[in-house]
Amino acid sequence: MSTTLLSLSGVSRHYGALRAVDDVSIDVPAGARHALIGPNGAGKSTLFKLVTGSMPVSAGTVTLDGTDITQLPEHQRARRGVSQTLQHSSLFLSQSVQDNVLLAAQRQHRSRRSLLPRRQAAARDRVRGLLVDVGLEARADTPVAALSHGERRQLEVAIALACEPKLLLLDEPAAGMSPAESSRLVGLLQSLPASVTLVIVEHDLDVVFALATSVTVLHLGQVLLTGSPDEVRASAAVQEAYLGTGREALFLDHPGSTQMEVS
Amino acid sequence: MSVVPDSSTDASGVGADPRTGPAPGPSRAARLATRGIPLLVLLVLLASAPLFAAPFTANTLSRILIFALFAVSLDLLVGITGLPSLGHAAYFGVGAYTAGLVSIHWTSAAPVPVLLAAAVGALAAVATGWLAVRSGGVYFLMLTLAIGELVHQLAQSLSSVTGGSNGLFGIPSVRIGGEPLTLAGYVYWYVLAVAVLGFLGLWLVARSPFGATLRGIRDNEPRMRSLGYSPFRYKYLAFVVAGGFAGLAGGLFAALVRIVNPSDAGFTTSALILLAVVLGGAGTLWGPVLGAAVVVLVRDTFGPQLDGHGPLLLGVVFVVAVYVLPRGFAGLAGLVPGRRRSTGGTA
Ligand SMILES: Nc1ncnc2c1ncn2[C@@H]1O[C@H](COP(=O)(O)OP(=O)(O)O)[C@@H](O)[C@H]1O
Ligand SMILES: [Mg+2]
Repeated sequence: MSTTLLSLSGVSRHYGALRAVDDVSIDVPAGARHALIGPNGAGKSTLFKLVTGSMPVSAGTVTLDGTDITQLPEHQRARRGVSQTLQHSSLFLSQSVQDNVLLAAQRQHRSRRSLLPRRQAAARDRVRGLLVDVGLEARADTPVAALSHGERRQLEVAIALACEPKLLLLDEPAAGMSPAESSRLVGLLQSLPASVTLVIVEHDLDVVFALATSVTVLHLGQVLLTGSPDEVRASAAVQEAYLGTGREALFLDHPGSTQMEVS
Repeated sequence: MSVVPDSSTDASGVGADPRTGPAPGPSRAARLATRGIPLLVLLVLLASAPLFAAPFTANTLSRILIFALFAVSLDLLVGITGLPSLGHAAYFGVGAYTAGLVSIHWTSAAPVPVLLAAAVGALAAVATGWLAVRSGGVYFLMLTLAIGELVHQLAQSLSSVTGGSNGLFGIPSVRIGGEPLTLAGYVYWYVLAVAVLGFLGLWLVARSPFGATLRGIRDNEPRMRSLGYSPFRYKYLAFVVAGGFAGLAGGLFAALVRIVNPSDAGFTTSALILLAVVLGGAGTLWGPVLGAAVVVLVRDTFGPQLDGHGPLLLGVVFVVAVYVLPRGFAGLAGLVPGRRRSTGGTA
């Protein structure tokens, strides 16, 4: 019924002989809350980079909203509504929290790239709203270098949202957050409008199952399974993939309990 | 918390800025007063200098203003955008030759020569920057060095136009309303007026969303790309704007000294102006003004008295300054309480 926003078809990325992403095909419908999970080294971060364009594909096509964007440079994909947070924070360290978000917001709310510094009321209002949303309103004037790890993750989310994305890619956004911070994040992501399509990589399966309407499991660069959260939880193959990583316990827990803790 | 190299926030310090955080500190009016009033006093002092200073002093002040404008234009590249250029004198020289030639062959009516100097300086940056800003790091240094040498060589060899190594001389005085400005005081006022407008222009550029984008590129270029900015386009534009303002400074220089030499476009000039920027504190805009003042004073005033050891003295000043003041004169301002914003936050 709903249209496909992001479509990956036969997407691969090789590092020398290593097939970090190997012939991956996924369709993400518009408005989806899609989770991408898999053990470390499965190729999740690499796959995100292929979608954002920060790294070229070795093979395959990436389609956004019906348009083949495989050859587009990263900044043009961003302008088409692809926004991301990186697994490892990438911020403007010497600038204040507010100015970091403003860099993203000013492109959306610009008033004909005015030379007059004051004329950015719309962008500044948006920044303030986003900082409240992620819980950093008291830190607006703090330089980013003085933020804690968890706060930086929150700031990443605010910056990604300030791009007013159509497709939001979050790479382990809750890693390093306190339980309170991460449940706030889940609340924020749950409140996003359906005009934002979310693809999230997350090791915290509480977060995953609180949000996701569909899940893709990646293993050794390949898609093991795409399905509903319940299908994924029940899958023997998925449990197999996680064996030896110490994470199987999360799956073997009685399903359902995980959701309660978060929301 | 003082480990933060927040030259960018210092850059914004010149003017009041519409921060509306939860703890705004002193009111905007108060901040405007603490910054605006000293600036106004300085301006009045500068404007009245010819009334009580000797012509020689007015001339030195004019040189300082010109090199300060030149240095601030380079700071847009070095400090704001993060592109250290070793050939910025190329655009200064192009501007100086343009203004000189326009004055000789067409008109010396203000502000035609300086405006054309700025335009041709910007055009030269359009022509050369396209290649230069595609590279980064050492390659950018090498390319800008090469561009500077190219312009220097052209000025030497096109002697029928530029006067070659004899320099372009016989530049008539600036005219305002048909009257030539001959007294050093009047020329100084002209230089002061144009330079202040130039500073204002550069300050607006640095404070605008465009300037914020440049600082973003300086701090984290890959991230800017992922936010939808094309770093090349912005760096190119910054290069052209910097070239235009360097050209403007060059045009003023031609009006002041009324002779242009190939060396004004050469490496020594480029190195001196980069020295002024680093000495003053890159990225602050006002720091390089101080840096330029020191460089001009040491070179022009004390240099001749030291049997031509001016460059040596400058070298010593440079080494000591970098050692003592790693962030330039502007770094000293960070030590004055209240000068910096509440950077530490609540941590
Ligand atoms: N730049 C790179 N060069 C070489 N190998 C890489 C690079 N980035 C990732 N890899 C390898 O690709 C595989 C997938 O990595 P990654 O996409 O980061 O996995 P995940 O995010 O699922 O943990 C890993 O084996 C990793 O070592
Ligand atoms: Mg990863």
